[in-house]
Amino acid sequence: MMRAQSTPVRRYAATGSLAMLWALPVILTLAYVLPFAGVTLWSVTRPELGLQNYVRIFTGADFQAIFFRTAWVCLVSTAITIPIAYLLAYYWVMGSGRRSRLVEICIFIPFWISVLVRAFGWVVILRNNGLASDVANAFGLGGLSTGRNVWSVITGMVHFMVPFAVLPMASVMRKIDRRVLLAALGLGCRPLGVFWRIYLPMSLPGVFSALAMTFIFSLGFFVTPMILGGGRVVLTAETVFVQMFQTANWGLGAALGVVLLVAVFAILWLSQRVMRIEQLMSR
Amino acid sequence: MQRAIKHPDPRPRAESNIVPMAGSDPVRHPNSVAAEVRNLRKTYNAGTPHAHEALKDVDLSIRANEFFTLLGPSGCGKTTLLRILGGFEMLTSGTCRIFGEDVSRLPPEARPVNTVFQQYALFPHMTVRRNIAFGLEMLGKPRAEVESTVERMLDLVHMTDYADRRPDTMSGGQRQRVALARALAPQPKLLLLDEPLSALDLKLRQKMRLELKSLQRETGITFIFVTHDQEEALAMSDRVAVISNGHLQQVGTPEDIYEQPQSRFVADFIGESNLIEAKVAGVTGGEASLDIEGFGKVHAPVAERVEDGQKVWLSIRPERLVLGSGDGQERAKVTDRTYLGNAVEYHLHVGEHALTARSPRGGLRGRQDFAPGDVVSVGFEPGSIKVLLS
Repeated sequence: MMRAQSTPVRRYAATGSLAMLWALPVILTLAYVLPFAGVTLWSVTRPELGLQNYVRIFTGADFQAIFFRTAWVCLVSTAITIPIAYLLAYYWVMGSGRRSRLVEICIFIPFWISVLVRAFGWVVILRNNGLASDVANAFGLGGLSTGRNVWSVITGMVHFMVPFAVLPMASVMRKIDRRVLLAALGLGCRPLGVFWRIYLPMSLPGVFSALAMTFIFSLGFFVTPMILGGGRVVLTAETVFVQMFQTANWGLGAALGVVLLVAVFAILWLSQRVMRIEQLMSR
Repeated sequence: MQRAIKHPDPRPRAESNIVPMAGSDPVRHPNSVAAEVRNLRKTYNAGTPHAHEALKDVDLSIRANEFFTLLGPSGCGKTTLLRILGGFEMLTSGTCRIFGEDVSRLPPEARPVNTVFQQYALFPHMTVRRNIAFGLEMLGKPRAEVESTVERMLDLVHMTDYADRRPDTMSGGQRQRVALARALAPQPKLLLLDEPLSALDLKLRQKMRLELKSLQRETGITFIFVTHDQEEALAMSDRVAVISNGHLQQVGTPEDIYEQPQSRFVADFIGESNLIEAKVAGVTGGEASLDIEGFGKVHAPVAERVEDGQKVWLSIRPERLVLGSGDGQERAKVTDRTYLGNAVEYHLHVGEHALTARSPRGGLRGRQDFAPGDVVSVGFEPGSIKVLLS
């Protein structure tokens, strides 16, 4: 009786999980692999067969300038994002009661506001004769250039990425046993020393994943640089758009996309390596 | 609050606490007091509706070189007291001295005290060796001295083979040993142990008891040990403080605590005890005649003043009840018999009272075996009745 009942059930369950198991690769193939294969194909066939698009990208001074600018903007915004996010994550996890909840709200509210709205918000603040320049003037920093420039872009990017960087760091910090910190204090370590010797090393895995995530995110930034840079700070993602939809240079745009994706994978691979080395080093 | 207080550099303690380690001749502190608390109170969330008095007016003095245990059920305040000694918790009022020095306002890093935490709290990103070296490095000891001390500590806790492993690859017992070594390495004047054996299995726990005891003797460091396990407390301690509900119930040697409980709580918490209500029916020369309803009169010494007709409690250990038959005095009925391996336990009804008697098996001391339903006589070994007023 039991057997008669359980067999169809088991077969049903097996069919279900098999369907799920197949669904994922199928979806991935349809949504990512095929389009990307198409894009790759474009990059070597349009306007004609050959690698001329890639040659153009890697030798053209204009593209090199864009790559250099993208890398620089990404590095700077990541470098600003990580410390801010680390502090926020620290207060969120270690803070007590009200302070922790306040930080939590500050972290999550930006998630609910569209990127577009946030970018325009910054435009209002940072434009010429806007709030930021008024404040700067009030403090006697008259010549501070605001408006559409690379620093506006970085400001917008940092603002966007901080909440994302907080999450992986906070999840690692949450796992740190507070008694370990007490033990360090008990062994004669000053509070600042406890942070440097115990807390920071223990939270490093979170910092590394936040680093990789932030940098990869910033490589693909499109809306924020376009709005806050206003065409003056053109980054790689925007260049892809321009090549595809404004100059109809499909092959060149596709090749840029491929280069960007390869860069992302390279960074992922590198961050994995760094994390493994870090683990070995701390032995 | 702590940050505002200027505390002395913790380093001088390196010179001031010369407590020798294994192999050298321990310098004893004869008759000196290792830790002392006076009128100690700790109230959590004071002034709010959630106020909770964890410690209520505790006076306690712990001698140097002593293995001292704070014993009590969970939530009784024993861990709070330990944390106050360690500096991890601020006292609400009273004083707390360690070797004569008032440490009430010192942060943990400035106290000559180390702690072994319940879940060990080892540094997961450091090897065993670096864990043990940590406290020594904090004291600014020269590298050579750090290395030699670490080697000695590794040897002391039998962990030399694991020196370069990380804690997450080790068993509970091994982590426990590392935690001990780490806390002992800087040679604290006082070692605080917060239920360090509770995460281990029974066999390992019994083994570690012996190791802890001998470690304490070898190092000559004063140990303050917190546990809720009365067997652990009796087995290891020089003296025990029984704490319940934020009050210090009784302080004494394990024998004192077990043989001479001074309250119903202690009699009941330490080992097992039959607690019987009785009325005083006359006192002559330090011995009281006590009337147990439904049983009759018994005699027992009383230390405090009692009056005729006063209600008291009698505490009698199950192993000191003597059961018999054939003497015409049978007044108790056996309701249950439990075989315990090394003994047999009989549950009895005497009038309104339920008693438990425990007898070594095999007719030792001429004791017979009884079955449920048997009617037996009950006697008490001489000196087995302890009169309790509270």
